[in-house]
Amino acid sequence: MDIDARGPRFSAVITTVVLALALATTSMWLLLAQTLVFAVGAFAGLRYAPYGLVFRFLVRPRLGPPTKFEPEAPPRFAQLVGTIFAAVGVIGYAVGVTGIGIAFTALALAAAFLNAAFDYCLGCQMYLFIRRIWPSSPETPAA
Amino acid sequence: MSAGVIALIVVLIVVTPVGMIWRRRQGQLRAPKTRMATAPSSARIPDRPERGRLTAADLRQDLGPQATLVQFSSAFCAPCRGTRQVLGDVARMVPGVAYVEIDAENRLDLVRRLNVLSTPTVLVLGPDGTITKQATGQPRKPDVIAALGEVIPAATPSSTAGAGE
Repeated sequence: MDIDARGPRFSAVITTVVLALALATTSMWLLLAQTLVFAVGAFAGLRYAPYGLVFRFLVRPRLGPPTKFEPEAPPRFAQLVGTIFAAVGVIGYAVGVTGIGIAFTALALAAAFLNAAFDYCLGCQMYLFIRRIWPSSPETPAA
Repeated sequence: MSAGVIALIVVLIVVTPVGMIWRRRQGQLRAPKTRMATAPSSARIPDRPERGRLTAADLRQDLGPQATLVQFSSAFCAPCRGTRQVLGDVARMVPGVAYVEIDAENRLDLVRRLNVLSTPTVLVLGPDGTITKQATGQPRKPDVIAALGEVIPAATPSSTAGAGE
């Protein structure tokens, strides 16, 4: 399924702002909220992603018709990567290791910022990276 | 200043130049890095020693008589589609040029051997399969044609298009 390419970009901008606030205030609750937003996009699909809904009903009617479409799978996978990073940060805060909370909020923010400002989908790029180091074919690095 | 605010500033300072450099290098066709003999991954594959050259057996498809455009794609890759269009167009336009798209996930052997880190990765092969140029990200059509112009001596008149590089 193809989606308006401006949707994920808009969502990345909102995500960047939310994560920047979460990082500056070292707020577990704000990070948790963003984790849930990521998770909805990853597991239910971008159609139900909260920032995507804002884009669809509030922003897109004010813009012209879409000029560029892209497949849904890459940004959706990136939402899953975002979910994992943000969730680790939340767990860090929850168990009292603030450093983990800060570090993983910072990593998630870096990815969202790259996406928003440069259209670079770090989460998408991580897919091949993970597949490379997660061998399903015979490979023995220790040999 | 709190640790969170410091971390925020660090992220913005580190990520901004990374993003700018990444964007500038996107789709730029460069000469491949040569580090054939020293690479440990090639030592593990004794029957496939050459990193700088691809054969029809590697590609599972015939090489183009003049040149071959190879694209590594993956499932979660937004610019792969645009890259497919650019390379497909060029291959149809320039005689003797083949276009091969490889699903990186199915060919992790090639991915490791050529050290493909991201998708799309584009390779321009000469008639014997030697990798003459490579790019990550979607290349511009004139750049692809210019790269072919270097491989195919007197064929493409548009090879002057990339003179600015």
